[in-house]
Amino acid sequence: MKKAIITVVGKDTVGIIAKVCTYLAEHQINILDISQTIVQDYFNMMMIVDIGATSQEFGTICADLEKVGEGIGVVIRCQKEEIFDSMHRV
Amino acid sequence: MINRMEVIETNHMIEKENLDVRTITMGISLLDCISDDMNRLRDNIYNKIYRSAKDLVSTGEAISREYGIPIVNKRISVTPIALIGGAVCRREEDFVKIAITLDAVAKEVGVNFIGGYSALVNKGMTPADELLIRSIPQALAVTERVCSSVNLGSTKTGINMDAVRLMGEIIKETAERTKEQDSLGCAKLVVFCNAPDGNPFMAGAFHGVTEADRIINVGVSGPGVVKNALEQVRGESFEVLCETIKKTAFKVTRVGQLVAKEASRMLDVPFGIVDLSLAPTPAIGDSVADILCEIGLEQAGAPGTTAALALLNDQVKKGGVMASSYVGGLSGAFIPVSEDQGMINAVKAGALTLEKLEAMTCVCSVGLDMIAIPGSTKATTISGIIADEMAIGMVNQKTTAVRIIPVVGKDVGDTVEFGGLLGYAPIMPVNSFSCDAFVNRGGRIPAPIHSFKN
Repeated sequence: MKKAIITVVGKDTVGIIAKVCTYLAEHQINILDISQTIVQDYFNMMMIVDIGATSQEFGTICADLEKVGEGIGVVIRCQKEEIFDSMHRV
Repeated sequence: MINRMEVIETNHMIEKENLDVRTITMGISLLDCISDDMNRLRDNIYNKIYRSAKDLVSTGEAISREYGIPIVNKRISVTPIALIGGAVCRREEDFVKIAITLDAVAKEVGVNFIGGYSALVNKGMTPADELLIRSIPQALAVTERVCSSVNLGSTKTGINMDAVRLMGEIIKETAERTKEQDSLGCAKLVVFCNAPDGNPFMAGAFHGVTEADRIINVGVSGPGVVKNALEQVRGESFEVLCETIKKTAFKVTRVGQLVAKEASRMLDVPFGIVDLSLAPTPAIGDSVADILCEIGLEQAGAPGTTAALALLNDQVKKGGVMASSYVGGLSGAFIPVSEDQGMINAVKAGALTLEKLEAMTCVCSVGLDMIAIPGSTKATTISGIIADEMAIGMVNQKTTAVRIIPVVGKDVGDTVEFGGLLGYAPIMPVNSFSCDAFVNRGGRIPAPIHSFKN
């Protein structure tokens, strides 16, 4: 299993999760965990996904998701899990 | 499992606090390129560097994409060229030809600086060392990306005052040769005492002779992250302050360690060291001086500055050491003037003088860095400034350096603009009393008593 973290930040609107999940489903990326909050109309979501089964290049996934985000006016970032692990776990 | 607050914290550091990996520097040994034929030597150097580093930039970019962390610079350091060119260089122009080759291959592989146009003369100069040093002004004038460094002293050997005197003249000449660009050549030239072998930061990076054939060194940065963390503990005791710096330095360095390991794996080059320095940039919020202010000073340079910097430097090291398997290079806080908006402000406000900066170098990780002085400053005065700084390094068993720019045609009150990461700086006044007789004595200063540890 290879994990990545997807974060979505931006103004709340209809269908943010739907659009992200559609992309993930189309590319065999499994969602392991998902959490979201809305603070003062601002949408803040984090997903942990498994990119072990996808045939897409990681760089392409990041670029594609960025584009999905641009389409709905939010910022989507996709990063490999290790950066968070190494920073926050001894 | 990673929680959302941790993800938000990391991304906030990257997006809002200028957390980045400052440089991935590949050290390349050129010892196996040595030849007694100039053309063959230049071909060997070009081919070895190209072969070793052709994927460096793309690998850096790939890692940057995967982890979402900016990797600002990709650079190369090579074996000190005085050693490599010694067999074939008979004139200064011969060494300059090697510099041109280095510049060409740096452009070809896309790195922004290549360091190692260097000589290690802390005890004495070979004819090749002296020839290289004398060729520096021309080499830096005709190349764009080559960086030069000279080690003039060490705790074990003392200070080579003949070389110190020579470097005063060389710095002046470099300034003169690049006067059309505000003496920019001097920004790519640094002199050291106790120069570290595996330093990823320019202008002083070179690949030491005791190193492996190739090596990956990484320099992390993040003054903005430390400053932001300290904003949360205003008014707290020194214990809380120090703990906060330590924890932050740990997190920042872990990113460097991750990037270093990944670059090492992808390029199939051994991992050398992580240099956990707080290296400022001219960007707002990316300043070491701002951290000093956050610790409690009105301006960098105010009484208390040296103590605050000592504390900062020490805590950065303590936090970082546990975060990386191999820590090296210069590691600590850098205090360049032109590259740090807070330092520039302090100079402009009259809070920070050259003498105070010298005191600060006793406790920070490097030395007098990126300081613009009047172009009329005498060569012997520059040598005197260098000698003082070398003495601090020698006696305190630490690395010290001088990167000083006598800007031709400018005087106190003027400002000089270097552009990009090198920033801009107000010209600082220099003590004008003479040290001619001291500098012109010749010979070397013996090693201090506490160096005899064998």
